[in-house]
Amino acid sequence: MRALYRLITRLLNVTAMCRGNERPGDARLREEMESHLAAQTEANIRAGMTVGEARRRARLKFGAVEAIREDYHAEKGLHFVENLWLDVRYALRMLRKSPTFTAVALLTLMLGIGANVVVFGVLNAVLLRPLDVSNPQDLYQVRHKQWMTGRLLTTSYPALEDYRQRNTTFSGMAGINGYSHASLSWRNTVSKVSGDEVTGNYFDLLGVQPDLGRFFHEEDEHGPDSAPYVVLSNALWRSAFHADRGIVGTTVEMNKHPFTVVGVASAKFHGTERFVWPDYWLPMVNQGQVEGWDSLHSRASMGVTVIGRLRPGVTAGQATDNLNAIAAELAREYPETDDGQPLRLVHPGLYGDDGNVIRGFLWSVDLLALLVLAAACANLASLFAARAADRSRELALRVALGSTRRRLVRQLLTEAVIVSLLGGAAGLVGADLLLGVLNRWPLFAEAHLAASVDGRVYLAGLTLALGSALLFGMAPAGQVWRSNPLQMMKGGQVGSMHLRRFALRDLLLGAQIAICTLLVTASLVAVRGMARAMHAPLGFEPRGAVLADIDLSQVEQTGDAALEKEKAMIGAVRSIPGVTAVGTVSRTPMTGGMHGVPIFRPGTTEFKLNNAVLSPYVFSMSPGYLNAAGTRLLSGRDVSWQDTAKTPYVAVVNETFARKMWGETPAIGQRFILNGKLTEVVGVAEDGKYHDLQESPHGVVYPPLSQIEDSGAVFVVRSERPPNEIAAALKRTLGGIEPNAPVTVQNWSDTLADELLPARAATAALGVMGLLAAMLAVTGIFGMAAYSVSRRMKELGIRGALGARRAQVVSAAVGRPMVLLGAGSVLGLLAGIFASRLLARIVYQADPSDPVVVGGAVLTMALLGLAACAIPAQRALSVDPSKLMREE
Amino acid sequence: MKQKKDVQQGTLALMLLKTLDVLGPLHGYGIARRIEQISGDLLSVNQGTLYPVLLRLEQEGAIASEWGPSENNRRARFYRLTRTGHRLLDAEKRDWEQTAAIIARFLEVKAEEIETGQVKAQGRA
Repeated sequence: MRALYRLITRLLNVTAMCRGNERPGDARLREEMESHLAAQTEANIRAGMTVGEARRRARLKFGAVEAIREDYHAEKGLHFVENLWLDVRYALRMLRKSPTFTAVALLTLMLGIGANVVVFGVLNAVLLRPLDVSNPQDLYQVRHKQWMTGRLLTTSYPALEDYRQRNTTFSGMAGINGYSHASLSWRNTVSKVSGDEVTGNYFDLLGVQPDLGRFFHEEDEHGPDSAPYVVLSNALWRSAFHADRGIVGTTVEMNKHPFTVVGVASAKFHGTERFVWPDYWLPMVNQGQVEGWDSLHSRASMGVTVIGRLRPGVTAGQATDNLNAIAAELAREYPETDDGQPLRLVHPGLYGDDGNVIRGFLWSVDLLALLVLAAACANLASLFAARAADRSRELALRVALGSTRRRLVRQLLTEAVIVSLLGGAAGLVGADLLLGVLNRWPLFAEAHLAASVDGRVYLAGLTLALGSALLFGMAPAGQVWRSNPLQMMKGGQVGSMHLRRFALRDLLLGAQIAICTLLVTASLVAVRGMARAMHAPLGFEPRGAVLADIDLSQVEQTGDAALEKEKAMIGAVRSIPGVTAVGTVSRTPMTGGMHGVPIFRPGTTEFKLNNAVLSPYVFSMSPGYLNAAGTRLLSGRDVSWQDTAKTPYVAVVNETFARKMWGETPAIGQRFILNGKLTEVVGVAEDGKYHDLQESPHGVVYPPLSQIEDSGAVFVVRSERPPNEIAAALKRTLGGIEPNAPVTVQNWSDTLADELLPARAATAALGVMGLLAAMLAVTGIFGMAAYSVSRRMKELGIRGALGARRAQVVSAAVGRPMVLLGAGSVLGLLAGIFASRLLARIVYQADPSDPVVVGGAVLTMALLGLAACAIPAQRALSVDPSKLMREE
Repeated sequence: MKQKKDVQQGTLALMLLKTLDVLGPLHGYGIARRIEQISGDLLSVNQGTLYPVLLRLEQEGAIASEWGPSENNRRARFYRLTRTGHRLLDAEKRDWEQTAAIIARFLEVKAEEIETGQVKAQGRA
């Protein structure tokens, strides 16, 4: 009870004090003290002392009046809160008194923390937010250990069944084919949709609930085509079905086969891939109806991505061993098709192994952002240290008057924390705005990536702000802690002190310049990598060509008729005025999802994957495609319409394929087995990029369309006319031949924009960081030089008066910052070279030891240094000695 | 040279209450003198430290104060013990005696007694 009472009175006292009232009880205390002193003095006088002596003795005996009062109040109020309040008010007053300093500090922090929050926001959205399924940590995806690393589909459907039955470590395993496409017809409207074909246990395995209706289950499946059910994604339900709640139970057509809509998924659920939002899910057993073929019985067709949930208590390592044992068994039982490749488990969500790249990229950028903040902190630390040095007399006076050092340090730290919290708040607001812009950016919008400022990001921002406050608040605090009030009062600028006091700031500036050089180097590397990426030999020429995609899914046609029609279309397009070349190809390069096709040497009888010599990409093409695409034919001939199923199988290959297969021997006339057919090389084409810009040279085979059963051809049309004119003409021409097939025409360059996006994003991110770093370097050097000039004005004046040459004055004034600049830059460059592995993760062809980059970084830093030192040097030169000498 | 003792936290309040209990209403200076006398100069109390304690006790209602004339006809504030003060004094006294007894017992104990468990027995008795 008493404690509570005390607490309440204390709180009341604090609030009274904060309102500016006099401290309660203070008057009373003073009154009593005075009367006591008077009584004691009187007694002393009576004892025979002189008046003065009596008063002195009385005071001595009484003790320190002020200290007692302070103690009393410390006990009466909430000491800590009270002092904090005082500190905060004092700090705010001090900050208001030097607006330039405050503005610079706030801006620096805003940029540093803002950059970090943005990067962390993206990181949070991409990596840290768990998948929206139950217990995502138990969920794994099965991947091959090697080979075909780009493939998501790893297993055949029968093999999946075997794994499901034989494993002892998973509570469930489901299969997904994420490459399902269909035309969805409902009430006379047809829309093209893409989604997932999944095994019946998929939803139960993930542990998700529908928004509407139900999901399908394992019990719904009874063999091929037994479960004509479809689950709609929330987005598709809203866009194509106008959010009609009555849709559940009705029948829609998927590629002309009736499917019953059983349910609608929740708005958050989008399967297990973070960047993919399927339109629908349908049972894999009904694959045949949608795709026109099914892989349910073939062990050779690796059409399934496998996910599984571990049994409780089983580790990923145990599960991997278990799966590998089964894989080895299967390889013994089915040597023709199952090669027993080792498997491993990854968490699903980021395109399997691409996750590592994405993770690496984001963490590296995060690291660089933290470096920016570190540089900002170094900058602020030297600013604050300089300020503390300027205030040294004030601080010394306070120590002399009885303030404890702890109190002073707390005061300085309070100032730092206030600055950093304000800066952090500004940074958060800026970051929030920037993230809003980012979310509208196509890359993010398509992937439904809502990178927003949520609780975790706020927490990160706060942590960063407080952490940086501690970092840059420590410098002045340390100075004060070690200071000697007597020395400080006597006048700060004693020669020997001078050198020592600057040591810390020198170190800070050096570190800052090193970090900034590293960042500038990194951003130069990125820009250079980007430039290279833009001009990398693609092996085709997207400029001046358009792509026409004709959707033949609604058109029933077979074999020869289809081929004839395609031939006619190519002929028709060729005769459009202005078209210089045209050809079709099964798919254009760099459109993702490439996977190798195994090829064998002639004479191979067992077509096991282990016997394959190479796994080139295969692009089937019409005659003229290479010409239209701008891919040079180096030797031999193009394929022709005369190469048919009845003539020997032929193909054009690229240089890499030829070199890997036959070395220096001319490739023309050599043979290999593709898809079980002995194929002869008739031409060699130049190398190019097929999957992405980063890939190393990869073998490619171009068989003629006429010898391979493949659909979904893309027209590549090269012309001299503007793309929009050609697009209209193309639509007219193709529509004339095939009225029921919608045609989409695009600039080839536009379709590649996505491919360059990572490089662009990396360049943008690193460029911004480099810019921030450069700004920090300038302010840091400028601050240091300006400060040292202003402190040494008098000395410089004397030097000038004694006849020092201008060069000497300048070197005295800004020599030290320049030396630091040099040393820091060298360190930063070295760090940049050592960090090349880190950079390589981010940037295409990162090479920090590239002379252009090194030269660029050195030049940049030198220019920055010059710019930053120019004004202080100018000031040093224009010192008027006589005026200065009169001061002080 | 005799080492002077610092006053332990809390004991000053007890001394103060006891002084008022014994001597009746008294002003600050008087209390200070009295404590000094009784402790026989062994205690170094900065007299000033008395006043915060006085104020606190008054706020807690243990003592009350009113103006009155002092011996040499100055106006002074006289403090007297209230009923709460008496209760507080009793409680504090008990507390103190208990603490002192415990400490005393600790100081008396010898090593053999601890080994044979006599201390426990004593404690219970």
